[in-house]
Amino acid sequence: MFDTYLIKYGEIGIKGKNRHVFEDALAKQIRLALEKISGEFTVRHERGRVYVHCAGSWDESETVTALQHVFGIVGICPVHTYETADMDALKRDMLDYVEQEYAGTKATYKVKVRRVDKEFPGTSMEIAADLGEAVLNRFPDLTVDVHNPDILFDVEIRDTVYIYSKIIPGLGGMPVGTNGSAMLCLSGGIDSPVAGWMIAKRGVSLDAVYFHAPPYTSERAKEKVVDLARAVSKYAGPIRLHIVNFTDIQLAIYDTCPHEELTIIMRRYMMRIAEHFAEKRGNLGIVTGESIGQVASQTMQSLLTTNAAVSMPVYRPLIGFDKNEIVEIAEKIGTYETSILPYEDCCTIFVAKHPVTKPILSIIERSEAKLKGKIEELVDEAVRTTEIVRI
Amino acid sequence: MPDNVFHIDFTIKMKEIYFDNSATTKPSQRVLDAVIRTMTEDYGNPSSMHRKGVEAEKYLKEARRTIAETLRVTDKEIFFTSGGTESNNWALTGAAGALKRRGNTILVTEMEHPSVSEPLRFLEKSGFCVKKIPVDSVGHPDEAALEAMLTEDVILVSAMYVNNEIGAVVPVDRIAASVHRHCPNALVHVDAVQAYGKYRIQPRKSGIDLMSVSGHKFHGPKGTGFLYVRNGVRILPLLYGGGQQGGMRSGTENVPGIAGLAAACREAYEQFEEKTGHMMELRDRLEAGLREMDGVVVHGGDAETRAPHIVHAAFTGIGSEVLLHTLEDRGIYVSAGSACSTHKRLASPTMTAIAAVKEEAVSSVRFSFSELNTEEEIDRTLEVLREVIPVLRRYRAH
Repeated sequence: MFDTYLIKYGEIGIKGKNRHVFEDALAKQIRLALEKISGEFTVRHERGRVYVHCAGSWDESETVTALQHVFGIVGICPVHTYETADMDALKRDMLDYVEQEYAGTKATYKVKVRRVDKEFPGTSMEIAADLGEAVLNRFPDLTVDVHNPDILFDVEIRDTVYIYSKIIPGLGGMPVGTNGSAMLCLSGGIDSPVAGWMIAKRGVSLDAVYFHAPPYTSERAKEKVVDLARAVSKYAGPIRLHIVNFTDIQLAIYDTCPHEELTIIMRRYMMRIAEHFAEKRGNLGIVTGESIGQVASQTMQSLLTTNAAVSMPVYRPLIGFDKNEIVEIAEKIGTYETSILPYEDCCTIFVAKHPVTKPILSIIERSEAKLKGKIEELVDEAVRTTEIVRI
Repeated sequence: MPDNVFHIDFTIKMKEIYFDNSATTKPSQRVLDAVIRTMTEDYGNPSSMHRKGVEAEKYLKEARRTIAETLRVTDKEIFFTSGGTESNNWALTGAAGALKRRGNTILVTEMEHPSVSEPLRFLEKSGFCVKKIPVDSVGHPDEAALEAMLTEDVILVSAMYVNNEIGAVVPVDRIAASVHRHCPNALVHVDAVQAYGKYRIQPRKSGIDLMSVSGHKFHGPKGTGFLYVRNGVRILPLLYGGGQQGGMRSGTENVPGIAGLAAACREAYEQFEEKTGHMMELRDRLEAGLREMDGVVVHGGDAETRAPHIVHAAFTGIGSEVLLHTLEDRGIYVSAGSACSTHKRLASPTMTAIAAVKEEAVSSVRFSFSELNTEEEIDRTLEVLREVIPVLRRYRAH
């Protein structure tokens, strides 16, 4: 009976003594993902494997989709389980499985047996040979190839018998929550949700910060960012989104500093505020969607200048990606459609015709010094009035 | 550094000023009562044979009669729809389908609502020839050009009574007369979504064959409206099914919506002149104030050829959306151009047709009134505008 998934995971297996920590985290993430869909699921991990048993009104494609949102899973194997006592019963089960999954298929195969239940008579090799023969006799279209088979039947004899042969690819990566947390700078664009997704893929849980500038950016732009955070959280788990009103800071910079430096100085203040919340939340780094040279504020010089505003590490998982590569991931993870909705974000509203592309830190710092005395209060105010949305 | 002009003090409960009545209006109490009654007590299906059905059907008959009276037409000429978009779609595709053997050309003005221009694009793809009547800078169609376009092949002419963006009023009577003189077989469709309740439209007198109206533009419920189809005019149905409304518009009638719509129609025609006169005063008061400001251009021609409830103005150097959100922060609701254009960021065809320069198209805001608005609200709005405009002009991308 097909009612179980065997979850294959990759890197966790090599984590030495910490292995159980990663396995627990994976099981927890799987449970969280399955909580949201219909069906009753039991997640069990034993001896280096994680099984998901399905019962109730569960749906195959919905369940697989949910599992395909969990980082740390390399493969999802649909497993048929059988209550089997002896060799004759096992042969019947094997033929039943092949009948259900491969009737009429022309292919080569091999049978691999793992005899975990040592009470079961015979050796793994012997059982495999017997089962292989049974299949060969019944299904003329299937032929044996032990070196390079099209189908590999995995038969595991435990308290119950598991038979599987298909692997649906999972996301890979590490279970969220095994590598601390980070603060994602989320704009409304294509890149930042992808950057967040990539960091989460390595097991990092996320918080996020968004800077809005009413009346220059609209309520809908803010809604869009909430939607994006929600899309990322489907993979990354709960996110605490900080929405900072940035208008007054932006106008103060506009009034005081050279216009072509506006964007870069603005971004430095964004980083400072992001760092403030990151420290408060116990995050271990800041994440941005920057990629070298994509726009004026993402040249190597600009990155150096923005980076210098904070002491916390800034992670830029998209740094070497081309736009089309980022778009490809955005489409895959389901953020693209939302990202391209046409609402102005606060980085573009006052942008100069010719912004500096090669800022020099000392010059930027000198411009910024002119803000001293009034900017502190505005930053405090922005931090104080920040709205927090739990996603 | 200016004072925190954008800082909103949430401790003060702002009085809302709703100047977006061309997008939608607030349903009136009588409309609500009618809707609730037909949802709680008289909730029957008008097609049912029992008493519940008969009761529900009474609302339809009553509504049809009420609406027909406002237009001085017969109740057989009123068909309930889901609103302006359906009425326009039905009128155009239904008329084109019924008349396709007589000719192939459809005329329409350059600045129509998408619920007219899109079905026409569809008809164009299925083989009809759609020609655009040019409009001038204040939104009036070139009547001489129209006359030249009225060839034997024309089967349908569509015009918008009041333009939804700038409020320009099209001389529907003259257009219809011209069409009927040159093309006796052609039908005249009028999109009166922004005009019903603002003008005492008499389709028969004006030579209108088909006319679209939407309920929520004059305090009725959303999702309601009707199409006037002149007696003797045959168009194809848009929806086929159970044969309701004489087989012309199948689907169980939206009784609560229709009851609400009828209540709104009745109310709109009470103290008609007082209400439109009041809106006109508001319009003129706002425009007078706007004209005193530097760098503000009020669109649409003379006051007489403009709807009483719409003011459309460009604020040089300020993005429409920015001004909209600034006013929103002060509790004043307006729209940037037309609410229907927010899904696309392009300047609408209307704006492209009338705006002198591109900048005007992207810095325009529409104020639209109902009789519920007051002179104090106009004065407060002008005061807010005088305060925020200089600040908004100071901060801009350059």
